[in-house]
Amino acid sequence: MDQMQDMKKEYEQLVEKVSPKSNTVRDCARAFWVGGLICTIGELITNIIKSFGYNQDEASMLTTITLVFLGILLTGLDIYDSIGKYAGAGSIVPITGFANSMVSPAIEFKKEGYVFGVGARMFTIAGPVIVYGVIASVIVGIIHYFI
Amino acid sequence: MSKRMGKQTIKFDSPPSIIATASTVGPKEGKGPLASYFDVVLHDPLWGEDSWEKAESKIVRKTIERVIEKAHLTPEDINYIFAGDLLNQLTASTFGIRGLNIPFFGLFGACSTMSESMSLGAMVIDGGFADYVVAEASSHFCGSEKQFRFPLELGTQRPLTASWTVTGSGAVVLAKNGTGPYITHVTTGKIVDLGIKDPNNMGAAMAPAAADTIITHFQDTGRSPEDYDLIITGDLGSIGKELTLELVRRSNYDIEKVFSDCGIEIFDPVTQDTHAGGSGCGCSAVTFAGYLYKEMQNNKWNRILFIPTGALMSPGSTQQGESIPGIAHAVVIDNKWA
Repeated sequence: MDQMQDMKKEYEQLVEKVSPKSNTVRDCARAFWVGGLICTIGELITNIIKSFGYNQDEASMLTTITLVFLGILLTGLDIYDSIGKYAGAGSIVPITGFANSMVSPAIEFKKEGYVFGVGARMFTIAGPVIVYGVIASVIVGIIHYFI
Repeated sequence: MSKRMGKQTIKFDSPPSIIATASTVGPKEGKGPLASYFDVVLHDPLWGEDSWEKAESKIVRKTIERVIEKAHLTPEDINYIFAGDLLNQLTASTFGIRGLNIPFFGLFGACSTMSESMSLGAMVIDGGFADYVVAEASSHFCGSEKQFRFPLELGTQRPLTASWTVTGSGAVVLAKNGTGPYITHVTTGKIVDLGIKDPNNMGAAMAPAAADTIITHFQDTGRSPEDYDLIITGDLGSIGKELTLELVRRSNYDIEKVFSDCGIEIFDPVTQDTHAGGSGCGCSAVTFAGYLYKEMQNNKWNRILFIPTGALMSPGSTQQGESIPGIAHAVVIDNKWA
């Protein structure tokens, strides 16, 4: 048994040696500028909305809605996956990435019907984000209440 | 005389001939280095159907119909079909074959299915149970992504160790009487698992199984790498190939000069962005049915050891933290039979 464990460990090291590593510096730079650009576009949208006389809260909400719409539109046009392939976390983390993670399974599972396909599968990727996002906000809320 | 040799190998008394092959591939494979060897290159991965599953079933049906036609036979002449794919419950094979009225054995060997179907088909013929058998395997990039990974439109990055599932189907007709190329030996692989858990590095998960089958084949038959013009695995990709070479070398066999991998041959990693290489049941199936078979007929190679490799995991086993069991079945295909 020990011999098998040794063999597995040795093989793991061999695999590690042979497998190519991704270029972290390049990937970070790409994520930074694309993620930054998405945020800048968000700021731009907020400022435009505010120029029509809306206050900060209203403008923030309308910006979120606009960015989600853009994320969905670019997913439907087969563009967002190419952005994601280039930018990685840069386009996953902003709210456009959240929209992409909802709509892409909805497109993929449309053939399984609107209830068990689109309706149920839409949350396969975004579902955990919602669940743990809500739990985290509850915890933060409780802490905020006491301090 | 016993047909068994050593632990895992059999030698046929009257080796079946591969009398015809057919291949259908998707658009990406049709832009790859082997494009000219395939019978049908699709321009649309859906092929006019409305789901990936239906498209793969159509690919299966059309490829089997074509190979029967190329062998100048009718479906009534075929005694058995041995076939498999990657979708749950063999959806592509089952629904592709259901209208053909031919007795069917469904196989799951993950990406090793092509040699599993050829092995069993050849055994059935040599055993005297059939005159003509169709062996087939298929996979579809989009269907596999949907089942095993993420929706196509999700903006994610593929790791450099990942492979690209081939869209396509390869089929062969095996016959009791023919003039070759013959299936002369089969070395059936056993499950080997050295603890790799990363489903994005399947070459590493399968390499120990490939090496085990290759070494066992040499030990069982007494042959050496020099006896083969080509030793070609199914879908190890560039990382799995390196690992297999190293593992085989440790048993004092040097196969480097004659060794290749279907997953490396089918795509150009630089221009086609496939990372480690091609994978899926269709990878070895179309490479054999297109490239290898035709070049054997041109006598570029006269004897090859064909070893499709499979990673026998499911999305559930990976999520439960299981490692990936590998398997590899070897088939010897020889232009001559003495």
